[in-house]
Amino acid sequence: MKGQLLTAILAASLLTPVASADTIEKGKQIAWDRKKGNCLTCHMFEGGQQTGNVGPPMVAMKARFPERKALVEYIKDPTKRNPMTAMPPFGRNKILTEQEINLVVDYLYTL
Amino acid sequence: MKTIIRNVAFGLLGASVAAASVAGPAEDRAAFQKFYENRFPDTPVDDFKNGVYSILPAAREQWESIEEFPPYELAIERGEEIYNKTFANGKSLKDCFGEDGAVRSEYPHWNKERGMVMTMELAVNECLEANGEKPLKYKKGAMADVTAYMSYNSRGQMVNVEIPADDPRALAAYENGKEHFYTKRGQLNFACADCHMHTAGMMYRADTTSPAFGHATSWPVFRSKWQAMGTLHRRFAGCHNNIRANPYKAQGEEYRNLEYFVTYMSNGLEFNGPAARK
Ligand code: HEC
Ligand code: HEC
Repeated sequence: MKGQLLTAILAASLLTPVASADTIEKGKQIAWDRKKGNCLTCHMFEGGQQTGNVGPPMVAMKARFPERKALVEYIKDPTKRNPMTAMPPFGRNKILTEQEINLVVDYLYTL
Repeated sequence: MKTIIRNVAFGLLGASVAAASVAGPAEDRAAFQKFYENRFPDTPVDDFKNGVYSILPAAREQWESIEEFPPYELAIERGEEIYNKTFANGKSLKDCFGEDGAVRSEYPHWNKERGMVMTMELAVNECLEANGEKPLKYKKGAMADVTAYMSYNSRGQMVNVEIPADDPRALAAYENGKEHFYTKRGQLNFACADCHMHTAGMMYRADTTSPAFGHATSWPVFRSKWQAMGTLHRRFAGCHNNIRANPYKAQGEEYRNLEYFVTYMSNGLEFNGPAARK
């Protein structure tokens, strides 16, 4: 039993980049931290207090961004899709590192 | 999904407002004011002078009760003292701005001789210095107090900024302020227009952003967050800090030109400073 489970986990982790409870929690902290992502300024997140409404609510992220790379790229520089957007270019302007953006995406995919 | 579509639509509208500018300041202003009138159809036009409260019925009642015992009252009293105080040379601010200093609607204006935008704060300091007195700091304190007194005595005057056609440098100053207003800057990549035009009325955390139509009418303000008075340029610098952009110098050319542009955009509204803000 144990061996099977282990194999299953290993197989899953080979297929998708590993999002663990740990990276998801870290991603959430980065997204919520006012000095980091501060995403709640503009987006509604489940469980968030005093969330803004400048951007759309963060729900059903897998359905909206089936491709992980597209979501990462979007957060790095949303002005590529809409030059007028109010959303900051988190990667291009070095507000978050590549690694931090990936952690945020792990978290977003749980929403 | 709805929000996304709304944002894109407003983005395009904003672009068309900016593009319409080729035609000149008068056309800019008409398009600018129309934008806010369409966006906030429930706001009577002359009410845009009340900042965010012109579009937020929920917060308005509390604000009106604050205005009944205005937190800027002491500032007006302190300002009156400064205004009437006799300088070492026997003169006073009255010699520059008249008996009660009700000159709000004369500023900002284009000074042709010097080729620059004159603001009320700059004029106060020039009067002090011309009479051998020490100039005041521009963002808060005595300057906010004395301009609160002068604005109070000017209440009801109309905003009527002119861009004189006979001096291309005036148009250049206006264009410079306008470009500043629409240009994204800072690490967070925001233009004034992003918050106060394209997303005006939306919520950033618990803060709803005010329409820029009316931005220059109510100064100085007593802000609860500051627990004190502040000038318009103090507010400009605050918004720049929030988007992680380097603020410019209060009363430097950049902010004076920005004031020239935003005040011109509010032509036709009343000056109603000082005011209370969150
Ligand atoms: C200051 C405002 C603001 C902040 C802060 C902000 N966003 Fe956004 N975001 C927007 C706006 C506005 C849109 C709508 C798209 C547009 O403007 O083109 C958007 C769209 C998105 C989308 C696309 C949604 C879709 O279905 O197309 C994602 C994903 C997103 N934001 C994630 C984030 C994350 C993650 C953070 C923080 C790290 C963040 N946002 C911070 C304003 C913001
Ligand atoms: C990220 C959003 C954002 C940006 C960018 C921004 N502001 Fe603001 N601004 C605010 C918020 C929030 C307030 C407080 C609520 C309100 O609008 O009165 C405010 C308040 C103001 C006020 C006071 C209005 C009043 O009636 O008291 C002025 C004037 C102002 N901003 C001008 C500017 C200018 C000029 C720029 C560009 C240099 C700018 N802002 C950029 C968010 C922003």
